[in-house]
This record gives sequence, C-alpha cells and structure tokens, in this order.
Amino acid sequence: MSSRTLPLLFINLGGEMLYILDQRLRAQNIPADKAKKVMNDIITTMFNKKFLEELFKPQELYSKKALRTVFDRLAHASIMRLNQASMDKLYDLMTMAFKYQVLLCPRPKDILLVSFNHMDAIKDFVKDTPSILSQVDETYRQLIEMYTPLSSGDFQLIRQTLLIFFQDMHIRVSIFLKDKVQNSNGRFVLPTSGPVPHGTQVPGLIRMFSCTGEEVNRLQFNNGGSYTSATREGSFEIFGDRVTKLGTNMYSVSRPVETHMSGTSKNSAQHTKVNAAPNPLAKEELNLLAKLMGGLEVQKPGNADSGFRVNLFATDEEEEEALISRPDELSYGVINIQATKGNAELAKIMGEFTESGDQSPSASSKGDDLLAMMDGL
Amino acid sequence: MYHKEKSIQIKNSASALYNNLGVLRIAPRRLTYFTVVHANVVNMVSASWDGLNYSHRQLQSKEPNVATSTSLIMQAAFCALPSRDLLVVTSQKGIQMYESDGSIMVYWHALDTPETPTAQAVFARGISAVWENYICVGVSSGAILVFDIPSKGSNITLSEVLEEHKESITDMASECSGSQECIADLVSADDGGNLCVWKSGEEFQLLNRIPGFDMSCSSVKLWKGTVVAGYGTGQIRLYEAVTGILHAEVNAHARWIYSLDIAPFSGLLLSAAEDSLVRVWHLTLTPETNSVEVAHLHNECVTDTQICGAKFCDGDGYAFAVTGYDLSEIIRYTQS
Repeated sequence: MSSRTLPLLFINLGGEMLYILDQRLRAQNIPADKAKKVMNDIITTMFNKKFLEELFKPQELYSKKALRTVFDRLAHASIMRLNQASMDKLYDLMTMAFKYQVLLCPRPKDILLVSFNHMDAIKDFVKDTPSILSQVDETYRQLIEMYTPLSSGDFQLIRQTLLIFFQDMHIRVSIFLKDKVQNSNGRFVLPTSGPVPHGTQVPGLIRMFSCTGEEVNRLQFNNGGSYTSATREGSFEIFGDRVTKLGTNMYSVSRPVETHMSGTSKNSAQHTKVNAAPNPLAKEELNLLAKLMGGLEVQKPGNADSGFRVNLFATDEEEEEALISRPDELSYGVINIQATKGNAELAKIMGEFTESGDQSPSASSKGDDLLAMMDGL
Repeated sequence: MYHKEKSIQIKNSASALYNNLGVLRIAPRRLTYFTVVHANVVNMVSASWDGLNYSHRQLQSKEPNVATSTSLIMQAAFCALPSRDLLVVTSQKGIQMYESDGSIMVYWHALDTPETPTAQAVFARGISAVWENYICVGVSSGAILVFDIPSKGSNITLSEVLEEHKESITDMASECSGSQECIADLVSADDGGNLCVWKSGEEFQLLNRIPGFDMSCSSVKLWKGTVVAGYGTGQIRLYEAVTGILHAEVNAHARWIYSLDIAPFSGLLLSAAEDSLVRVWHLTLTPETNSVEVAHLHNECVTDTQICGAKFCDGDGYAFAVTGYDLSEIIRYTQS
C-alpha cells in the first residue's frame, strides 16, 4: 500500500519508546547523568543521517518481527540493557499507544500532527545538546517537506497501511483501561460525541437544491450522537500548537507504565493460526533490513560499571513471571535469519549485536535473554 | 425499523479498506456469498438463508507465477453480468477474476509495478460490472481498465483504457436501477473527489465530469441517473449524472465515509463511516420536476467499530450486512 508509511511508523513508535524509557529511568532512580546519556544515545541513533536516508526511501512496511528487531537494536544503542520480558512489554506498550493514536486521529492527515507531537517531545529531551537537536531538526524539515504536500487520499492510504500493520493486536494497557479509552476485550473506545474533525460539519442536516442551485428544502435528522463543531486546526509548521493531544507524553510519576498482558480469548485461536503458517521473511525484506540497520550504530558498553539494566516491571520476579506466562500468540519470536554469503552485511551487523550483548554487564544473569534472543540470528 | 440478526463469523478480521464487503445473492440455491478482505487474504462465506449452513473459503492474493510473493488486497467485489457472476479481487500486483464461488481463477491481469517502490503507490481499486459484458477496474494512476467478458470461458480481454482521472481511483458504480432510459451507465470517483460519468459501449464515452474539492470520494453509486457520492468529510452529495447539477447535500457522518449502497427497487440508501454509524436513507426522484428528495430513516451504531463495509443483502433493502476494522464478523440487520 502506501510506500511512505515507514518513516511515520518508526518515528512515532520511537517517540513512544522514549516516553516509556524516560519514565522508567526516573522510576528506577537511575543517576541523572546516566539517564541523560541513555536518552541522548538512543535519540542520536534514531536520527542518524545514514539510517534516516534509508528510512525515507519509498518502501513497503516491514513485518512486525523485522520492525521489532530494529527497535531491539535501538533500545540497546546505549549503556542500558533490557531483558526479553521487558523488551516485549516495552514493544507492546509502544505499539498499542500508536495504534490508539492512528485509530483515534480525527482525520487521516492528523497522523502528521501526532508525529509532530512526538517530534516536539523528542526535541525537548535533547534541548540542552545542540548537536543532537540539529539532527532532530533536520528530520523535522524532511518530514514537513515530504508529508505536508500530500492529499487527503494519500494520508488515508498511509493510515490504512498502518491499520493493517496493527490489525488484530488487542493487548490491554492499564493506563488506557484506567482512562476508559480501552475496553476489557482490548478494543479501543470510539466516542460518538465531542468535536467533529476540522473540515467536517456536525451530522444532522439535509439540504436540497433546485436545478438553478437554490436551496428549496432543509431537513434535520437525529445523528445518534452528541457532536460539537470542529475545533481549530493544529499547526503543520515546525513550531506551533498541534491542538490534538494524541502523541503527547501520557506517562508521569503518578501515571506509571504498566501493562496487563493478555490476548483476548476470542482472538487467541486466530493468532495461533497466523503464527503456525510458515512466514519466512522475504529475501528482499532481509536486504532492506540489513541496509537500514547498517545505519544504526550501536554503542558498546565500556565496562561493567557504566552499564545498567532497566526493568519495565515493578520487580525482577514479576519480570520473570511475565516471560514465562506470556501467551504464545503474543510471542514476537526470533527472526530466523540465515546469515549466508548473500547477506554479508546483515551477518556483520548481527555479529556486532551479539558481541555487544556479550559484554553487557548482566550477561551472566538476566542479560542472557538478549543473547538467547539473538542466538537464532 | 431494523433489528440485529445473528452475526456471521469470519476467519480473519476485516481490514480498513473502502467498500470492504461483497454480497452476492444466489436465489436459486437460497444462499448468499459474502467477501471481506483481510490484508492479503479474501475471506469468503457462503451462508444459507435458513441460517443453518456456513461454508468458508480463503483466497490468497498470489501472482500465478510467483509462488512466494503475496501483496495486500485493496478490494474484493462481485460482478453480476447477465450471463455470469464473477468475483473480482484487486491488489498491489494486479487484478484477479474468479468464478463467483471462488473455486477457479479465470483471469489474471498484472499491473505495471516498478522494480523498486516509488513514492506513488501502485494498486487497483474500484470494481464495477457494466451493462452486458464489461467489467471496469480502477488503478492508482487514475486509469480505468475496461475488460470484455465473454458469456463463458476465460477468454477475457482488456478492451480499453480510460484516462480521464488524474488521481487514484477510489470506487466505481454502474446504473443499478436496470432502467434502459438512463443515458449514463457508469460513474467513477477518485482521491480528489472528482467524478466522471460514462456511457458504455465498444468505446466508452465520457458524458460529464463533476469536479471535486480536494477531498476523497470514497464510495459512489448511480441510481436512476443520479450520482450518490460519499466523501472523507462525512458528506453525501447527490448530483444529476449528465448535467452535474447538485440536487442535495447531506451532513451525514462525523468521520470518513467508507461505504454507500443502494437498494434499487425501493430507493433505500445505506451509508457507513468510521464514526461507527450506519444510516439508512430514502431517496425519492420526481422526474416531472426533476427533483430529488432525501429522507433519513434509521441509525445503527456498531459500538467501537470503524465500519469499512456495508451492503444491502437484497434489491428491496429488506436486510443489510455490516463489517468493520478489526472485526471478525459480519453483522446482519433485518427489517422488523
């Protein structure tokens, strides 16, 4: 479908990842200098020039597994380490948050405002580091240049492409459940009230015209909801008020990161079926992934003291429990890449990956999971 | 006016695509076929009218020659010609035509796809049977492919390419009243909201062009010479096809309209949108005064569902069926 979807998917998921990591770094009382380094390293990697060049080329979306691999690598771009259960949870939270934003954005075009909310927040994370800030600004300009000329139909195609990517994901997220924007079956709540999108009229009026264009009759009807007229349009400039809150940081000290990890029973059979079907990554996708990840520089942790592990759960025990009890249908599994001579670049990248995992300070304990996960590569 | 019936379960959930529900009544066998697109699969259900038998089939969007590569499907629609019924499936790679029960693929037309993806997506979307022997399919370039369909067999040929639209085709519809008096027999819509009105024949003739207003027209119908068009703004507009005169404008939905349908015998109009609402309207045409009247009849809310497909199940509009994004069922409503 739309070949312009990947940059928006990556930037918005990346933005959600940064929100969550920022909150966890604070919650775990990681020293400010280390936390800052992690955020800066990840943002630097995310907005790496070579990486973004590949990202912005027209292309189809990757499979869920392939994209997960990209974010695994990105999350480990600094001295922080996540084990598999935490990484799974992080990825679930990121994807469900962006699915919510894509589904709820009033017009397809508003996906761009959601992206700008993420970009604004990322800029704020690095506001004290001019070199990184200019990197982010460069991407901002690229986004504006590429997306603002697109038509409503182009944006709808992008939105439909994203919705296919997120289809059948119904993971329950506690922050959404508490806010009553998600139901217990994992489906998001769609309000039939509130302001209509910019450019849309409140439903309820039928106007009829004569052949000469005069209005001859006007009828009201019950629209079945309680809508109000549209609010003003958000700004599509590099600075400005986006109006929509979708894509802003929803986590805070009083609203911590939590998940309920469960597929809905109704859909679990379906998931299993989908997973059981042979789903080898297409060769072309592997090549693209290799090219893309070639641009991702991963910093190896210097020594055992500087590295640390972040947990997306309250305790280590909970984390272990989550890994064991995670339903099969929610498993992202391992990308089984045959690193043959045809894929030397990928093999090299994966080699680096394993090496960095090896030196991770927690490699002997919970850090093993990263290695285990990458073993199949 | 309508009440909910037992739903039909489908094997995979529906994707968010325009007009993502196909319905074909097979009266002699007292059953109805339904199709719903899920990513690269068409889910097909054959349901008996007594509600006792459901049989399922899945069609993959596979290019006949390349076994490994699948592509996303944009639309699946039944085309009922006087001599035969076909199921047409359009994707990023091309156009597939099957026997209506999905058993045999009778024709494959590949789209020109560039080797490396370009910014402009390539796909086919917008399917309509026209008159006795034509099936028209829209393409992302704006072109409309006209296929000549023999009364039986697989000797289907591309007879004409119509290049009037500059933007991607979204939907197409032929005159559904069966009236011989209407001059126009096909309407096509695009991503800019532009409509083209055609007269079919060995060479298709452009009768009129109704300009858009930079907003996609996602679903279109043609009934008794009147074009009914649904837009991304949630509006429905009714135009006289050959003159382009605007007869009515309805602020119908709070979100993007995904599907329109007309019950040709009763003049009932069905509209469905991302706002989770399905509405039923009644259209009255008065030829003497050349006027059209629209009345609102009924609302159905499919809670927390962005509706992507809605169709009447019969020509009178006695029953209709609905599906939505992430939903693995087809919900049916019947007049009480």
